[in-house]
Amino acid sequence: MKSKRLLAPYVAWMTVFTLIPLGVVVYYAFTDSLTGQFTLANLNNLGAYLPIFLRSIFLSLISAAICLLIGYPVAYTIANTSPKWQRMLSMLVMLPMCMSFLLRTLAWVAMLEDTGIINSLVTALGLKPLPLIRNNGSVILGMVYNYLPYMITPLYTVIMKIDPRLIEAAQDLGCNHRQVFTRVILPLSVPGIISGVTMVFVPAVSTFYISQKLGSTGTTMIGDVIESQFKTAYNPNLGAALSLVMMILIFICIGFMNRFTDNDEEGVVTP
Amino acid sequence: MAKELIRLTNLTMEFDGEKILDNINLYINDHEFLTLLGPSGCGKTTTLRIIGGFLTPTSGDVLFDGQRINAVPAYQRKINTVFQRYALFPHLDVYDNIAFGLRIAKLPELEIDQRVEDMLDIVSLRGFENRKVTQLSGGQQQRVAIARALVNRPKVLLLDEPLGALDLRLRKDMQNELKRIQQAMGITFIYVTHDQEEALSMSDTIVVMDKGQIQQIGRPEDIYNEPKNAFVADFIGESNILDGVMIEDYCVEFFGRKFQCVDKGFSPKEPVDVVIRPEDIDFVEADQGHLCGTVTSITFKGMQYDIIVDFKGFKWLIQTTDYQPVGKRVGIRLNPEDIHVMKKSAYSGLFGDYSSYSAEYDEIAEDTADEE
Repeated sequence: MKSKRLLAPYVAWMTVFTLIPLGVVVYYAFTDSLTGQFTLANLNNLGAYLPIFLRSIFLSLISAAICLLIGYPVAYTIANTSPKWQRMLSMLVMLPMCMSFLLRTLAWVAMLEDTGIINSLVTALGLKPLPLIRNNGSVILGMVYNYLPYMITPLYTVIMKIDPRLIEAAQDLGCNHRQVFTRVILPLSVPGIISGVTMVFVPAVSTFYISQKLGSTGTTMIGDVIESQFKTAYNPNLGAALSLVMMILIFICIGFMNRFTDNDEEGVVTP
Repeated sequence: MAKELIRLTNLTMEFDGEKILDNINLYINDHEFLTLLGPSGCGKTTTLRIIGGFLTPTSGDVLFDGQRINAVPAYQRKINTVFQRYALFPHLDVYDNIAFGLRIAKLPELEIDQRVEDMLDIVSLRGFENRKVTQLSGGQQQRVAIARALVNRPKVLLLDEPLGALDLRLRKDMQNELKRIQQAMGITFIYVTHDQEEALSMSDTIVVMDKGQIQQIGRPEDIYNEPKNAFVADFIGESNILDGVMIEDYCVEFFGRKFQCVDKGFSPKEPVDVVIRPEDIDFVEADQGHLCGTVTSITFKGMQYDIIVDFKGFKWLIQTTDYQPVGKRVGIRLNPEDIHVMKKSAYSGLFGDYSSYSAEYDEIAEDTADEE
């Protein structure tokens, strides 16, 4: 009983600021922008946005994959240093997050744009400016840069908790270093990989600022479309419908990824 | 007949400038059940980890079948380990845990299956193939750990306090089980424990260790009956340890009285430690005893009474089935074979006085803390 009462503030908060607004989103998604009548028109129109949905998912998956490839070795290395170094290195990983998200993204613009820092150097050497910005690559770069800490942190936590005796047991049973990694460490880091990928993918797929600043009209993401519906196109009903579909897609993705962990989560044992 | 399999020569291990192992010399025969016995921090686990290849000694050699293997990594040694608290792979089921080593060795699936099934029979876990190891009881996990090691048919099996986490009853069963498996498969077992009873009942040879040094090596009977110093006498079983003087061969003096004994080879008038096991002492009427004392406490222990008797200020523990009331004057008689004479050592005077006796002495040694 007591523990339930402790939940009360959170339940109230969730109701007022999450559940009710969610209801409002659903209400808008199913009503006409002018008459306020119930309609499915908003959802019927979504077909036009399918390529943007797909692009958002595609770019976010690529970003999550790159974060994993970069983040895993980092997390693994941090987890295998002394506790003193672990504290310092995880601080370093978190450090960029202390800086404003907007500022970080704008800094990349200043670096990459045609008259930016890198291209100034390139042209000073007498070469043509490189196409560093306004393409898929620059959007992915921005997302990887911004969301990498969300990948490293859960990976580091899971890898750090792997019982060193399991590694010794694997060596004892004939595993060389590579086999210890593929047979024991990697399978045991799956929960960390899943949560890292989720934590990068979910914010990335709904992001809107990165693609505006680092991308072009050809790299518009669904977050940008939703933002413009509310702020410039004055069609909050369509925006709400897009949000709703986005949310459902994210739920499906998370549910799909969690299927991999269901069996392993309880596997973190202490006999 | 007995063939030497492992030899440790002048083995020293230092960790952060602290000596964990101090000049260990030891050989282990093929098919032998050898136990490293000692209190926490005595270096027994370190010794085992050096043999397993998880630690490299600071100096000294590890020989396996006559070959120096100091630099051979763990995964290339024909040695397998049953770890403290088992270290089973939580992402694999029972079958895959046991098959792990065979799959690494890339044996054909058919043979793997045969050997895993045989192993499941040996450790009585048939039908548990597809269980998750996290769903097993301690005793079952422990048997999976043994099967996972033995299925590779190692020349040597290292066991690091494998029964430490089990309750007493299960421990007794597993002791018999382990001994049976060892004899059936003819594998050398090197067993680490701090439990003297476990060591006595299972081993062919016991190595008693303390402070990084070997205190005594011998058969269980020798270790118990002829302890080399006060530490061994106190650690293995209960002992009354007294100051004495060796008058001549077969004659030792303590408590101002000369006793016949079975020991010889000391210099005349050499100060010695005299060990008298509590169960060897017989009560007689006060006026007929070699020594006379007063009962100060009596505790019922099930099989026997633990009786503390005060002899001129020095308290002895005596174990007997006879009830003696507190305050009674009693006499004791000692036969020559009840008296064990040891040379003086660094441990003299530290053990064997029951003045601070408490009925809970059994628990004192039960320190299962991991030593790393």
